[in-house]
Amino acid sequence: MTVRPEVTVALESRFRDIKVSEFRGRTRVVVEAAQLLDVMTSLRETHGFDLLVDVTCVDYLNYRDAANRFGLVYLLANATSAERLTVRAFVDDPDPTVASLVPLWEGANWMEREVWDMFGIQFEGHPDMRRILLPDEFTAHPLRKDYPLQGRGERHNFPVLARGEG
Amino acid sequence: MAIELPENVVVSKLDELASWCRKNSLWPMPFATACCGIELMATGASRHDLARFGAEVFRFSPRQCDLMIVAGRVVMKMLPVLQRIWQQMHEPKWCISMGACASTGGVFDTYSVVQGIDRFIPVDMYIPGCPPRPEQLIQGIIDLQDKIQREGTIGGAEFDVKARQQRKRPFVELPIVNASGLVLPR
Repeated sequence: MTVRPEVTVALESRFRDIKVSEFRGRTRVVVEAAQLLDVMTSLRETHGFDLLVDVTCVDYLNYRDAANRFGLVYLLANATSAERLTVRAFVDDPDPTVASLVPLWEGANWMEREVWDMFGIQFEGHPDMRRILLPDEFTAHPLRKDYPLQGRGERHNFPVLARGEG
Repeated sequence: MAIELPENVVVSKLDELASWCRKNSLWPMPFATACCGIELMATGASRHDLARFGAEVFRFSPRQCDLMIVAGRVVMKMLPVLQRIWQQMHEPKWCISMGACASTGGVFDTYSVVQGIDRFIPVDMYIPGCPPRPEQLIQGIIDLQDKIQREGTIGGAEFDVKARQQRKRPFVELPIVNASGLVLPR
């Protein structure tokens, strides 16, 4: 369900560099990475978007017409009015960093850890910035487009057990 | 001087007797990580009835098992667990690599999936299929029983054979070549 016009109008008047678009009944808001926490606080506290459905990321390396490398995707929902909103924020190498949303939604904790694990995006203010899926000794962020599909030999880095060795 | 034996006495070698006992009472350790595990369960259930071959007692503790059935893909995070469980099993022990993924990595040629468990632990029997049907697993267990009977483990014979213990060659990654023939860095 599209977002009520007064929400997008309020956002546009309060935050300058915000782009609102609509596609097939879905509303999307592109914000500056520095403003993300303010926009999200406003959406949650003022406009009733009380549910953070998902946090994920897209790597736009070698993507045509892409200005930034990483595009974060936040899917929000308003559980009362059934509105859904997509918030995008773009960050770049060499140090992709964005504010953590754990102070607003406790559920952002593991989702942001997954984005860190797979894309290497730093979330400032995250209480527990560790890998969540891959083993701790893993050094790469495998969903980045410059990481080879078959890895860099991580899958072969184990001792070989022969017969009779315990 | 020939000794006359009563009719109900059979003479055999101790080694063959021990192997005969072992092969007909295999205790599988189900290391089931994917859809092959479902076929493994079906094999143990009443319709296919693995009890006909004396291997129906699945135990989830490696200390009580002597046959490890690796059913499904093994990822790099899981492999240390697999190796530890294998080491916790008592000798004599055997390993069946069930299905394409456990044997070769299958379609999962990605950074996280081990390309065949035989690179890191010894495997006695490979079962092809994606996933193999219970009949194939049963055939694999029958073949393994033949192997156990043939080899005889009582004197540790399988450890003496140098050729059989030869380590698998380490996996050499092929270079990634793009459309214009350039070799890309990994």
